[in-house]
Amino acid sequence: MLRSLLPALSLALVLIAIAWLNPRAISYFGFSLMLNLAIPIALATIAQMFVIAGNELDLSIGTFVGFVGCVTATWLKDAPLLGVVILLGSIGVYALLGALIHLRNLPSIVVTLGMSFVWQGMAILILPKPGGKAPDWLLALMAFKPPFIPFPIIAALLIAAVVHFGLMRTSYGVILRGSGGNSAALKRAGWSLLRTKIALFALTGLFGVLSGMALIGITTSADANIGNGYTLLSIAGVILGGGEFVGGRVSPIGAVIGALTLALAASPLLTFMHIPPDWQVAANGAILIIVLAARVLISRRER
Amino acid sequence: MASLRTLLARPWIWSFFGALLVWLATIAFTGGYGGGGMITAALSLAVFTVIVGVGQMFVITLGPGNVDLSLPANIGLASAVAMKVMDGNDAMIAVGLLAALACGMAIGAVNYLLIWALRIPPIIATLSASFVIQSVDISYGRGLQIKPPPGFADFTNWQVFGIPVLAILTVLFTIGAGIVLQRMIYGRSVLAIGQNIRAAWLAGVNVGRTRFLTYTLSGALGGLDGALLAGYFRGANVDIGNEYLLASIAVVVIGGTSVAGGKANVPGVWGAALFLVLLLTMLNTFGVSVGVRLVLTGLIIVGVITAAGGQKALR
Repeated sequence: MLRSLLPALSLALVLIAIAWLNPRAISYFGFSLMLNLAIPIALATIAQMFVIAGNELDLSIGTFVGFVGCVTATWLKDAPLLGVVILLGSIGVYALLGALIHLRNLPSIVVTLGMSFVWQGMAILILPKPGGKAPDWLLALMAFKPPFIPFPIIAALLIAAVVHFGLMRTSYGVILRGSGGNSAALKRAGWSLLRTKIALFALTGLFGVLSGMALIGITTSADANIGNGYTLLSIAGVILGGGEFVGGRVSPIGAVIGALTLALAASPLLTFMHIPPDWQVAANGAILIIVLAARVLISRRER
Repeated sequence: MASLRTLLARPWIWSFFGALLVWLATIAFTGGYGGGGMITAALSLAVFTVIVGVGQMFVITLGPGNVDLSLPANIGLASAVAMKVMDGNDAMIAVGLLAALACGMAIGAVNYLLIWALRIPPIIATLSASFVIQSVDISYGRGLQIKPPPGFADFTNWQVFGIPVLAILTVLFTIGAGIVLQRMIYGRSVLAIGQNIRAAWLAGVNVGRTRFLTYTLSGALGGLDGALLAGYFRGANVDIGNEYLLASIAVVVIGGTSVAGGKANVPGVWGAALFLVLLLTMLNTFGVSVGVRLVLTGLIIVGVITAAGGQKALR
């Protein structure tokens, strides 16, 4: 029981640290600022979670988010129909990758590693220099300021709820997780492993697209390298959220919480905490290590 | 004929075949001009990928989830440490190299400590460690123009009949790595752990010590690579190792090492490293833009792995 609460405890730990270092940060404005990039990180983490549910890994999600960002800031604004077609097409490419990986029995690490070059190259071709502009409706959506609760928190709750329902509560969700848990059993029960792999990769593509669009809605313009850090952030988010690399053991709610923890750790607020710029990257690493160490202590006591 | 067939059955032959094909395509384009120089340049650059690639190969062979993501940060820090210790003085070259090795080994040991003490997947442990190392490097190497001693720079660029001496030494090193892997208890333990960690433990393999040694070895090779890179490019900087994260993983897997662990391939690392470097040279010779170059590199990696096909029971 306590183990499933660990991701939430990790988040609480980081929040307590922030409140202790800077009490004024715990406010509507403080959270809006700290969780600024939480929505795209959470969406990218969910994207990564789908492939991990099928015992695969996507090392291209970061550059894919960058590619989607470049499409969003150019074609989606200037020629919306073409933009939509390209984004749907890129989800199709993800589905094809899933099929290729299954049919040829390829290691997903290498295939997605190769694809990370492809997405980055295409992003540079679309937008050789930083620039472009997000569509107005997207800017308006991401600048939404609901009363009392900051938008990133509402969005995170919504994402977690939708994906939790889809993956953990529907029967096909069970099949999808089963493809990572016991693929042989699933196959004998008559389910198509090819189809589950395609579905998982397509879902990764879909959430990658959403992540890229959300990111551009916040930053307003794009850059070919804008998403590069997301590959490692998304993997870390899934693991912080209690997911495991094999066995189809993932948790959408945990993944979103993991993403929020990382977003807080990487937030611009570190600057106000008297941490010199040189050591901010180290602070991210240290927070990851501390949270994981706390996790070990808690699960050891439970035993 | 039979010997040719056994040669073709070896997974590493394809990466050399690919490298040869790319080289032929390039000299066909230039009309035979610069073919020799291209091989010299490819050998010099491939050396750096091979050294970290071998370290990464040992780590990946330990089994699923084992990977060292701290190599780029490690290379960056070690390059700064080596240059600072050498301080432009030829007499300090050996000390500087030792310092870089020690720095890399310490990083490897810390990586394993995190994996062991926190029981977290190596991907996350080495990733967290790399964040911290990066910061140490930024603050340690800040504002310093660190140049290698002239003797060290000359050594890393030294060629005999168009063959870089560093490449010859690295070939000897990889032969040694192959012997360690296939003929020594340590290497066989790494393979056994990769095939089945529980069976290896039941058979009396000291799993903890073998994994510790492997991460330390990978760290040490990263440190050595950092020092050599700083000598070759005549200066250390924080970003010097950045491209070696993807490159080290790519050469291991293209070279025929199984990502599921338990099956390593030393010659393949050389073939894949030459293939990647020559591919880059070819695309530069064709004069394509950065974007097109990246797209083609990616498609070729995916194409190669699709053609080579996967083995059963992967991941």
